[in-house]
Amino acid sequence: MVSPNDSAPDSGATPEKPEEVKPEAKKEEAKPAQAEKPAASAKPAAPKPVPPKKKEEAPQRQFMLSSSPHLRDTESVQRIMITVTLTLVPAMLGAAWVFGMRALMLILIGGAAAVVTEWAVQRVFKMRSTVGDGSALLTGILVSFNLPPGVPWWIPVIGSFFAIAIAKLPFGGLGWNPLNPALVGRAFLLASWPLHMTKDWLPAFWWKLPGYSFFTWNVSPSKLMVDGISTATPLEVAKNALKILKNPEGNPTDILATAGDRFAEISSRVIDMAVGTIGGCIGETSAILILIGAAYLFYKNYIDWRTPFSMIAVVAFGGWMFGGAEGLFTGDALFHIFAGGLILGAFYMATDMVTTPITPKGRLIFGVGAGLLTLMIRMIGGYPEGVSYAILLMNLTTPLIDRWTVPRRFGHVVKAADAKA
Amino acid sequence: MKKTFRGGTHPPEFKLTAGFASQKLPLPEIVHIPVTQHIGAPGRVIVAKGDEVKVGQPLTEPGGFVSAPAHASIAGTVKAVGNYANPLGKEMATVTIEGNGSDDWFEGIEEDPDWQSVDADEIRARVKNAGLAGMGGAAFPTHVKLAPPPEKPIDTVIINGAECEPFLTSDHRLMLERPEDILEGARLVARAVGARQVFVGIEDNKPDAWEALKQAVGEKNDIQVEMLPVKYPQGAEKQLINALTGREVPPPPGLPMDVGCLVQNVGSCVAIYEAVRYRRPLIERTVTVSGGGIKQPKNVIARIGTPFARLIEAAGGYEDDAAKLLMGGPMMGMSQWTDIVPVIKGTSGIVVLGKAEASLAEENPCIGCGRCVSVCPVFLLPTNIARLSQLEMFDEAEELGVVECIECGSCTYVCPSKRNLVQHIRFGKTTVLANRRKQAQKQSA
Ligand code: SF4
Ligand code: SF4
Repeated sequence: MVSPNDSAPDSGATPEKPEEVKPEAKKEEAKPAQAEKPAASAKPAAPKPVPPKKKEEAPQRQFMLSSSPHLRDTESVQRIMITVTLTLVPAMLGAAWVFGMRALMLILIGGAAAVVTEWAVQRVFKMRSTVGDGSALLTGILVSFNLPPGVPWWIPVIGSFFAIAIAKLPFGGLGWNPLNPALVGRAFLLASWPLHMTKDWLPAFWWKLPGYSFFTWNVSPSKLMVDGISTATPLEVAKNALKILKNPEGNPTDILATAGDRFAEISSRVIDMAVGTIGGCIGETSAILILIGAAYLFYKNYIDWRTPFSMIAVVAFGGWMFGGAEGLFTGDALFHIFAGGLILGAFYMATDMVTTPITPKGRLIFGVGAGLLTLMIRMIGGYPEGVSYAILLMNLTTPLIDRWTVPRRFGHVVKAADAKA
Repeated sequence: MKKTFRGGTHPPEFKLTAGFASQKLPLPEIVHIPVTQHIGAPGRVIVAKGDEVKVGQPLTEPGGFVSAPAHASIAGTVKAVGNYANPLGKEMATVTIEGNGSDDWFEGIEEDPDWQSVDADEIRARVKNAGLAGMGGAAFPTHVKLAPPPEKPIDTVIINGAECEPFLTSDHRLMLERPEDILEGARLVARAVGARQVFVGIEDNKPDAWEALKQAVGEKNDIQVEMLPVKYPQGAEKQLINALTGREVPPPPGLPMDVGCLVQNVGSCVAIYEAVRYRRPLIERTVTVSGGGIKQPKNVIARIGTPFARLIEAAGGYEDDAAKLLMGGPMMGMSQWTDIVPVIKGTSGIVVLGKAEASLAEENPCIGCGRCVSVCPVFLLPTNIARLSQLEMFDEAEELGVVECIECGSCTYVCPSKRNLVQHIRFGKTTVLANRRKQAQKQSA
């Protein structure tokens, strides 16, 4: 017989006791307890909460009072964060396989640095510790996922520290930060150590080369380059090809041929890119492993399909339209989907709950916007990859988007045609 | 695809008591009958201390059109007329009757052989005399709902058998035990308002109830029994209308009749049937007694005014860790400080939660997951409205529709940050409504 609102409009709230309305009233003890306190107060007529009429029926039991609902879902922030972290494990193991133990170590260093930073800052400033909610660990891991696999150990440490101590805690901690902390950490690193962040690439399976092993820590990316192995990421190759096209020097047919070759080369490697057996950031190489994790997040309803799919669709379509060597609609959509950090960014960064819109429509707009910005940076910007800046820029618009996309409320419609009958 | 509404959530069902026949409680030796058990004008008490009363004898006279009388639910002596503890959270005017052990009925309460042919006005009159008020919670006098203004004709009657609250099974049992009576009541309602179609909405966790009603309709085919997917708050009036007809009741003060609908709960249907056929007032109802804090959860048929304690006793008493006593289900029920409060017309269930179930979690900041947004059946932004209410920015909260919240609690239920969303929103809503009333008073003054 449940009829929430089985009544006149204003009635819902009336039966509520005024005390119960106050949300702060958390653990009200049963009222009768107050009746026993010594009547030292000046007020002669202390309010008697118990109708004293039936003495023999006086309650023996004291019950907790609170306002409805009296049931809570078992879902919690901690559970969400830990689940999201666990869904990244396949990608972590994949990274270890492709880039060696070194990659796994960098991930752990990043995660640990974030946790230690949060713990230490909250301790120093006497804040309530929130390390237990698992969000710091996740942020740290995501910072490392965005690093080239050849960076020195202190890069993830500084990145995680910046993410937590500058981008998260000063704003009030989890829930209040306007920007995705992991991406802020990455942006900071990119601005401060651009060489490490753009040149420390390692080729896939470098650890299988003579002189190295799976557990090799010391590796010099520039030395590998000298050895004649290209460590450039697919997006850099593509960008160079476009550059050749845009600034033609020499014989035009040659130029077309060179550019065309480059494109053919990268297109032929789309499979490698999807599987992850190719150079790139630690966590973003294997689209398939990331998708496995993301699939679970969909299953658990932790992420909304709208953001990642709209973002990827926009990038794929735009890449197909403008990214080709032979004019419009000759680009390789698959290449644009699997290149760089799009998959990781779309499924794990653009779906960050805190920094993205809460309305369904807003999430769609966010995804489209992030996709467009990614395209623009990839095509005309100075960096080969634009996913993280695109998402950060969109983070800034989140409050606005939420304001614009307040949903239509129930009943605010033209009456159904049926109702006239 | 089954019909349903948008939004909503799926709390665990805990329908512990669905499999057991309802058990009639022995006559209580004392009952406390609140004078007003409905929304509207309070009645005038017409008995005094010391009076002898019989079962079904009116204790009050309705105080106006939007008012319903209360009746003696046992035979005996009026012991007191005064304030007494009430499950709606305050002390309220109450008539206390001490039983004499007999079950003598008041004269005139007998079957009308021609009940099938009574007209709409007579149906309303008998329903009013029987003191019917909504049996699903906050209770609007039934005869008022049966008298829509002529400019708002009702074409669709909806019988609410959703029972979407966890634990509660009293409607479920009623549908199994008295399907014909429910349908007769539904037909009377349709006759009273001149509706052309009648739906019964039942959630698909009660296939047996659906079966029973389907069978009871049989060849007649005048009533459509619909299965709805299990989802809370399907039993909310506006959501049920939306699920079954696709219509959206306009925001408050919009009422179901604005879209040509009238919703009655299955319990009310039985009561209407009894009121019209037997001229029987509403003196007893099925109540689910359940929860982790109850030894032998069951459904009982109890006289109105029976203290909760008696029903709990009948259900084996409390478990040791019983910590919270609710009237109604755990999603919308009201927590009680004592079990001396009486069963009223709107008491669909008594739920006792154990310590673990009742524990309150610490509130954390919103992480913007959007779950509250996706479950809200009114399509509000609970997190924003709650925050505005907390900040006492009531105008902004009003703009976002704070008064349209039906207080279903879905948002609080799903929030992973354990924010007390609906509690904050309720605070905002009552404040906004109070301000509006003040404004209106000022204007009329
Ligand atoms: S805001 Fe109100 S109507 Fe919406 S889910 Fe919360 S309690 Fe229910
Ligand atoms: S469910 Fe809770 S955490 Fe999620 S958006 Fe709503 S208020 Fe925020």
